[in-house]
Order: sequence, then C-alpha cells, then structure tokens
Amino acid sequence: MDHVLTWMTFLPLLGAAVVLCLPSRSPRLIKRVAFAATLPTFALGVRLFAAFDRATTAYQYVDRVPWIASYAIDYFVGVDGISITMVLLTALLCPLCVLASFGIDKGVKGYFALFLMLETGMLGVFVALDFFLFYVFWEVMLLPMYFLIGVWGGPRREYAAIKFFLYTFAGSVLMLIAMLVLYFGATPHTFAIPELAPGGAAFDPRTQHLLWLALFVAFAIKIPAFPFHTWLPDAHVEAPTAISVILAGVLLKMGTYGILRINYGILPAATFDLAFWALAALGTFNIVYGALCALAQSDLKRLVAYSSISHMGYVMLGMAAFTPQGLNGAVLQMFNHGTITAMLFLLVGVIYDRAHHRDIAGFGGLAAPMPVYTAITGLAFFAAMGLPGLSAFISEVLVLLGSWRAHPRLTIVAASAIVLTAGYLLWTLQRVWLGRLDERYAGLPDVGAGELATLLPLAAIVLVLGVYPHAVLDLIGASLGHLNELVRAGAAAGPALR
Amino acid sequence: MDPIAVTMLRWIPLLPLAGAVVNGLFGKAIQRRAGKGAVAAIAVAPVVAAFAVSVAVFLRLLGLDPERRLLLDVVWRWLAVGSLRVDVAFLADPLATTLLLVVTGIGGLIHLYSTAYMRDDDAYWRYFAYLNLFTFAMLVLVLADNLLLMFVGWEGVGFCSWALIGFWWREPVNTGAGNKAFIVNRIGDTGFVLGVFALFWALDAAGHGTLVFRDLQRHAASLDGRVLLGVPAATLVTLLLFVGATGKSAQIPLHVWLPDAMQGPTPVSALIHAATMVTAGVYMIARLHFLYALAPATLAVIAGVGAATALGAATIGLVQNDIKRVLAYSTVSQLGYMFLALGVGAWTAGVFHLVTHAFFKACLFLGAGSVIHALDHEQDMRQMGGLRTALPVTFSTFLVAALALGGMPLTAGFFSKDEILWHAWSSPYGSALLWGVGVVGAALTAGYVGRQVLLVFFGASRVEARRAAQVRESPPAMTGPLVVLAAGALLIGFLGVPESLGGANPFAAWLSPVFASEHVDAAHAAEAAHDARLEWMLMAVSVAMAAAGAGVAYLIYRRPAGSADALAAIAGGAPYRLLLNKYWVDEIYWAIFGRGTFALARAGAWLDARIIDGIVDGSAAVTRAIARLEGGFDARVVDGVVNGLAAATYALGGRLRRLQTGHINAYLYVVVGAVALVLIARLF
Repeated sequence: MDHVLTWMTFLPLLGAAVVLCLPSRSPRLIKRVAFAATLPTFALGVRLFAAFDRATTAYQYVDRVPWIASYAIDYFVGVDGISITMVLLTALLCPLCVLASFGIDKGVKGYFALFLMLETGMLGVFVALDFFLFYVFWEVMLLPMYFLIGVWGGPRREYAAIKFFLYTFAGSVLMLIAMLVLYFGATPHTFAIPELAPGGAAFDPRTQHLLWLALFVAFAIKIPAFPFHTWLPDAHVEAPTAISVILAGVLLKMGTYGILRINYGILPAATFDLAFWALAALGTFNIVYGALCALAQSDLKRLVAYSSISHMGYVMLGMAAFTPQGLNGAVLQMFNHGTITAMLFLLVGVIYDRAHHRDIAGFGGLAAPMPVYTAITGLAFFAAMGLPGLSAFISEVLVLLGSWRAHPRLTIVAASAIVLTAGYLLWTLQRVWLGRLDERYAGLPDVGAGELATLLPLAAIVLVLGVYPHAVLDLIGASLGHLNELVRAGAAAGPALR
Repeated sequence: MDPIAVTMLRWIPLLPLAGAVVNGLFGKAIQRRAGKGAVAAIAVAPVVAAFAVSVAVFLRLLGLDPERRLLLDVVWRWLAVGSLRVDVAFLADPLATTLLLVVTGIGGLIHLYSTAYMRDDDAYWRYFAYLNLFTFAMLVLVLADNLLLMFVGWEGVGFCSWALIGFWWREPVNTGAGNKAFIVNRIGDTGFVLGVFALFWALDAAGHGTLVFRDLQRHAASLDGRVLLGVPAATLVTLLLFVGATGKSAQIPLHVWLPDAMQGPTPVSALIHAATMVTAGVYMIARLHFLYALAPATLAVIAGVGAATALGAATIGLVQNDIKRVLAYSTVSQLGYMFLALGVGAWTAGVFHLVTHAFFKACLFLGAGSVIHALDHEQDMRQMGGLRTALPVTFSTFLVAALALGGMPLTAGFFSKDEILWHAWSSPYGSALLWGVGVVGAALTAGYVGRQVLLVFFGASRVEARRAAQVRESPPAMTGPLVVLAAGALLIGFLGVPESLGGANPFAAWLSPVFASEHVDAAHAAEAAHDARLEWMLMAVSVAMAAAGAGVAYLIYRRPAGSADALAAIAGGAPYRLLLNKYWVDEIYWAIFGRGTFALARAGAWLDARIIDGIVDGSAAVTRAIARLEGGFDARVVDGVVNGLAAATYALGGRLRRLQTGHINAYLYVVVGAVALVLIARLF
C-alpha cells in the first residue's frame, strides 16, 4: 500500500490521458476505458477501507515530498477518519457515474477525459494536507465541472455554468486571501495544515474571526448555505445526470469538509465563537428553507436540488453541537446524503431519459409501466425522509440528538422539518409514481440492467448503514473526537470575543 | 435483577421479515409460477411460527418467579457514540409478551382472513409482503429494549400503514389518505424524538445518559428537580413523548388521519388501524410508566385528552354512514378510554382494554369486511339491511363483538371498560368529571354500535338488486377467524374479573411485576381502600347508561323510517351537520396548516427567484458592464479584484458558444492552460 493515496488520486488522470489518445470515432471504447480507469481507484479504496487504522487520530498513508521549496510548499497527502470517508464516497460514486454517462453521445472523448480529471481533482481536495495543494486541487476540480455543465448541460447550461463558476470562484478568492494570511502568520511560514493547526493562536481575536469568516464563506458557497445557494438548483437542472450526482454527492461535501479540516483544525477558538450563528442557526434555516422551497418546485430535479440544501443543513447543525453525537452524525450525514442524493438524481435521470421532461405535474402512475423503478424510488425517497432502518435515520438522529444538548430550541425547529420533508417527498411520489397513469407513458420500459447497476449498489449501502452504521462510524470516531477536543481546548484557551 | 439472556426472541420479528423479503423480492414470480396459494403460505407460515415462539416465550416466563420474568436477546451493537449506547436488542417481560401474543395471534388470524379476502387482487404478493413487513415492524416496536429501536418499529409501522392505506394506488384518494396518515404521524414523531433527546440529556447530566428501558427505570428518579426550557424535565419529556402517542394512536388533536385510513383494504384496518399499530401509543406509555408516574401534570393532560377523544369520537360515530368509518371513530374513541386509564395511573386497566379491544374491534372490522366482500365492495350502511339471514356467521360474530364494544355484562369489553371507569373515579388522579365523561361515552358507544348492527343486519334489505342476488356467506378462511375473535371477545374478559366481583384478576397479577416498581402506582394505593359496594354502584350506572344508549338506538332505527330523519332535522339540522362533518376539523386544519405551509413555500421560492437571484444576476450584469468599459485598456486592469476575475470568467463563458462547435481537445487545452495560469499567477 505504498503511496496508495497518490495512486488513487492520479490514476484517473492517467486514465484521462489514455482516453485522449483513443480515436474519437469509437465512443464505446472510450466509455469502457473511462469506466476501467475508475476501477483501480475504487479497488484501492476498498483496500484502504479494510486496512485503515480506526484507533489512531494521526494522518495515515502520508506521502510528503517538497514541491516548491522556496515557499515551503509540499506535495503532502494523507487521510484521517474524516477524509477517508469522503475519499471512499468519491471512489464509489465515480465508477457509477461513468456507467450512468454511457448514454452521452456528444463529444464523448472530451466528456470522459474531463470527468476523469474531475475525479482526480475531487480526490486531491480530500487527501491534500498542504493548504496550497488543497487550493490547487480545489481549482483543478472547478474547471472540468464548469465545462461539463456548460457544454453537456441542458438548454440554459451557459447561465448555470457561469453562475456556478462565479459563485465558487468568488469563494476561492476569499480562501486564497485567508490562506496567504495564515501562511505569513505562521513561523516558520508553512502551508502544511497539521503545522498550521491550531495556528490561529498567532492572530488577535478579530483577525481570527475575519479569517474564519472568509474561509467560511468560501466553503458555505459549496455546501451551499443560504444565501449562497442559488447556483445549486440551476446547476443541477442543467447538468447531465452523472454530473448532478457528482455535484450533490461529492462537491457539496467539500464545503463542510473544508470547514472541518480548515476552520475547525486551524481556527478552533473562532470556530467555537462563530459556530452558533454561522453553522447552527444557518444550518437550521437551511433545513427548513430548503424543505419549504422543495415543496414549491414543479421541476423534479429542482425539487431534489432543494432537498439537498435542506439535508446539508443537518450537517451544519451537527457540526455546531461540539458533542460526539453531533459531529459523528454530521460526517455520517455527509456520507449518507452522498449516497441517497446520488440515487435520487440517478432516478430523476431515468425518467428524463425516457420522457424528456421533468415536470412533476406532467406525470402520474409511473408505477404501472415501471414497477421496479417505482420500488427503488420508494426506497430512495423514504431514505431521504430518514425512515428508521435506512442510513439517513442514523445520521439525522445523531445530529439532532447531539445538537439538543447545545441548542435545544434550534433542534426543535430542525426536527419539525421532518414533517415538511415527508410532505414534499410523499406528495411527489403520489403525483409522479402513483395515481392514474398518463396514457402517453403507458409504454415506458422499466429500468434496465445498466441503470440497476448504478442504483442497486447505492441501495445496498443505504440499507446496510441503517442497520450497521458502525461501518462508517468506526472510521470517523477517533478523528472527530480529537477534533472536538481541539475545538473545545481552543475555546477554553482562546482570547476570543465573547 | 438481571434479565435472562436468550436468543429465541430475535426469531419473533425475523420470521415475518423473512416472509416480507421473500414475497417482496420474488412474490411476483412466485405468484405467476406457483399461484397465490404459495404466496399465502409464505406469508402466513412465518406469522404462525412467530406466534408459536411467542407462546413459548410466554410459557418460559410463566415458569419463572414473577420477579425474574425478563428475557433479553442482544443481537448486535447498533449505535455507540459518546455516552449514547443502543443495541439491536429485544426484551420480553410480561407487558411485551402480552402484546406479542396479541400481535402474532390476532395478526396470524388476519393474515389467514386476508388469504381469502384479497383473493381477487393481482397484487396479492405485494399485499402480503407489506402485511408481513408490518408485523415485523410492530414486533420490533413491542420487543425493543430501548427507545431508539422502539422508534424504528414506531416509524416502520407508520411506513407500512402508508403503503397499505394507499395499497390501491391508482386512486389518488387512497394515496392521499396514506400521505395524510404518514404526515400527521410525523408530527407526532417529531414530538417523540424530541422527547427522546430531552430524556437522554436530562439523564446524561446526572451521569446516566441512556435510552435502554431497564436503565431508564433505574435512573428515572434523577430527573427529579431538573428543569428543561423552563419546565420540569419529567413533565417536558413525558409530554413530548405523549405528542408521539397522540399521532400514532389518533388522539385529539392528531386524530384526523385514522378515519381516512379506512381507504385501505379492510383486513388492514382490522390489524393496523384497530388491533395493533394504533395501540402503540398506549404501549409506549405503559412501557415508560415509571417516567409518567413522575409527571402528574402530564398525566392530567393524558386523562383529559383521552376523555375528550373518547367522547368526541363517539359523537361523530353516531352519524357516519360508512360501515368502516363508524368503526374507525369507534377505535379513536376506545383508544381514548385507554389513554383515560393511563392518565389516571391505571396502567393495567389501560393495557387490559388494549387486549380486549384488539379482539372485539378486529372481529368487528373483519365482520365489516365480510359484509363488504359479500356486497361487492359496498360500504354505505344505507345500502345494507336485513343481512342477518344471508350472513349468519358474520352476523352472530359481529353481534357478539358489538355487545363487547357496547360493554354488555360478562363480555370482554364490560370488564375492561368498567375497570377504566372505576379508576377514573377512584384514582387520586381521577375525578367524577372524568368518570362522567366516560359513562356518557359508554352510552354513546352502545348507541352507535347498536345503530350499526340494526342498519346492517336488521330491518328490510336496502341492498341494490344487482348485488342482492349474489350475497352469500364468506368462505371458512374468513369466517374461521371471525369465530375465534368473537370467542375471544366473549371470554378474554374473564382474565381480568375484578376482585370486587369475586375474580382473581390473573391479568393484573401477570402484569404486576412490570407495574409494581418502586415508583408507586398511584391507582394501587387507592385500591387498598377498595369500596366494593361503590364499585358495584358505578358499574350498575354505566351498564344502565349503555343499555339506555342501545335502547335509544333500537327505538330510532328499528322503526321503518322517520325518527332518525326527525332527529337529524333538530335545530335546522345544524347539530347533525356538525357531527356528520366531524366538527370541520379537517377543513380548519387545512385552512391553517395546509395553506399556511404552502404560502411559506411559495414565499421561499419567490425569495430565491426574485431577490437572491436578482442580486446575483444584477451584480453579474454590472460586472459585465464594467468589463466592457475597461475592455479597451485591460493592461491596466490587472489588479485581480473579485470583479476582475469574475468578468474574465464571464467573458470566457461568452466565447464558449464558439468553442462548442470546435474540437473537443480545445477545451482541454483551455483547462490545462487555465490551471497552469492559476499556478503561475499564484507563485510569482
């Protein structure tokens, strides 16, 4: 397992290079090669999952070599319990998304090359332990995403792509500034996250807070937290199915991951000061607001997009509790939301491929021609509702239980939103899948083998993590315990503004 | 006292789960290849087996000293985070075992009944998959050794209820009723989980954070004196959990879903919406009686809600015309009696009524199903009448169960209801008012069920001609369960004959190890000062009231016509319309909560589309305008502020249109070039 993280991260890029060398006239070959290119990373991910030491809080599988010595910039990668969860999620979703993209027929070579580049960028963000390297991967990931939406998207793809790019780029600039301030504030100057942490002590409280807020806005755009969220519905509606899956499944987690890795790790005192308003209150608002907006949507994909906004609110709320339950619930929710929302977008893709529209009012009774599709949709919808026995129940209960200790009133509001969630999801099930069949769709074929291949692995994970959540919780527990202590110690010692 | 470790308990829920999985995944193929009989066998056998295991558990417990009657089956570590530790573990004590026997026993009978009732339905396999899954979830609820696992069963039965209410999903009215049931239940569930959280942290603050029932009981006293959100902790916790109970058990103000739930197949109404699931709230409070004993304020609320529901639902039941709706309101009302019992601290009486009610109400629903089956899906009692000769078994069993519901002496309902009324009067938490409401409710109960029996089985036939010709008694798979349940409705009460009538009350003795904890059952203290003559007198009054209720029904409905219409016309028909429309509660809720929610939803969507995106798009437009102005001397515009970067990006986007028609490789060069540029710009 030498350099396993480096292999995992760059093998897709190698795949992209291979794809570029293939002849454009054989799209089937390109698709197969692209799929094959995602598999070694997935296989290494499985090995990583098995071999990961669940007891230690130290970074594991570290690779560190000097990169730009004059600025003390290293190629520095490694994983702890928080990042390995995200690495595994990414390594799992990418092969499924390549499979789900087999229907792409325009610019096949470019699409798959960009997709593989995107995978490298995403994995790089999660394994980077040098802030500069993190930033580079953050940008690397942005560009393929921009093109994947802007070229292969729906009718308003350019608007959506540019909106996505501008939002994220604005965040990047804030992150860059904060990064440089942190770099110059550290003695000796360094970008290495473990050495910056907790470097916040070098700054006066006001600067700490400003740094924290700059980083927070950069990450909040990705989550996306109100009011930085309106890029998401547009990006989702226009993006091709697989890209929506990646967007909601992986990219949104980069926001909350960044906050945990950078804000929590480096600025613990400011984290404790600002978490109530920036994370707990805003997270609760996200939960309720996202659910209400979802209720008002008429486009199926937009509805799912708003449900993501709502569900990511739980992550924020749990993070802000500084209890083991809240933090573990938050990271577990990141993983669970990744799998469940991936299912939801794949399911929307299934019907869009057949009916070529996503207007909720334009459907009805799809259960008659498509029973298997309907059964899987039911599973995914009830998983999204947090039905006990399925994965999201565990994470939502942990989040809410954990946050009750710190913020009981907010928890009451957040918990009440489960009624709204049930409302918009059941109402959608009723209007699209149940009821009288629209005759236009009587002949629709049920899900095929290829579609099942993308959906069933996720369904299995949703079921297994509902009854055995420790498959993930054991990975993250030690690191989150360490992080929680760090923040609490920082809060106790920090000369913060209270 | 430590529980005895066993491994037999897990099989009780697992067997029905296996049936659900097999029929859920392969039922369609099995039904096509091997027929509906195979599907039925796969569904019925596991429930019968689970019943057999439950009986074995019962016998095992009986063989132990009363204080040792506690079996524990820890299956696996489920969740251990921080001080929270809950396992997938099952616990059988006398209370859980009582419910086990009801769920698997009556559940088995209803499975059997369903094999015939659903015979003509193409989705036979799906029906049984759901019914088995329901049984599994209900058994998890009953056997759970902690509150979180109980909640798995709690919402699990809610899911199955949703699926079975909307079983005939092509009709929006059915799926709508299912959604209403689930959403109203979710309101209750919100209260439930919040109660769980509050309880956990209140105990954690004392160093005993737990959700395991045995440990909760051990440490409940540490809640004393603790205040949460300005309310005593025990009161807050128990009230929040009670909100969950009002949802699941259809009590005011969350009762509105149960009557609509009658859209499901009738055996479902019998099993889920009468005998088992809806009693979950009663069971949960009985399970946590040691917490409720600490919160007299909550008990008063429960007694009040229970009494109000018992009376209110009974008044609505008087005027409904749908054979199942009458029974639905009756169920709401009877559940109200159970909560009345719990609210005065009479845990045993509440659970006893749960058991007797399961028998007679399941019998009534299945009997109604038999009538509906014979009349080819007619449910309007105005289209029935005189069916006692055509449906002799259905009629006689229905009549027995109706007598039990009406509380006629020596039936099961008599013993359990009078025990509740006695405690409502005599308990330190009771009062003459609670008793009075209960007695008036008893009279109304006898009235509406008497009306129902008369309208359905007596008088001249009003059955449509095309149906009348083919009316015949249901097959043995349906009448068999009816007979067994009717026998139960007649006999099961003798398990709980009160001491004042010379009984040994073995039911109370059986449950006494559960309820006789160190937190004194307040009602027990009252019983020490037992006044047998007073009890007889109260009993006589309630029987007389019930008889009067039935008599009035007889006077009104035995006549050919007229007197009912005359009653309906009193005061211009206003009282009748009020009851017929269920006090317009649905309409009021919709106007306030339904419309309110949608208005908020639209406001949110508007805010996103107009305000936030207005700002975003507006600033983009401004940036573009600036970029255009500065376009001529961009050499000087390299100060790299946000706007500059944004404008450059936007301009790049503008050129995309041309790029898209070009070669794919060009995009990649742009990407690689841009990354390189970013790197160079940052480094030097």
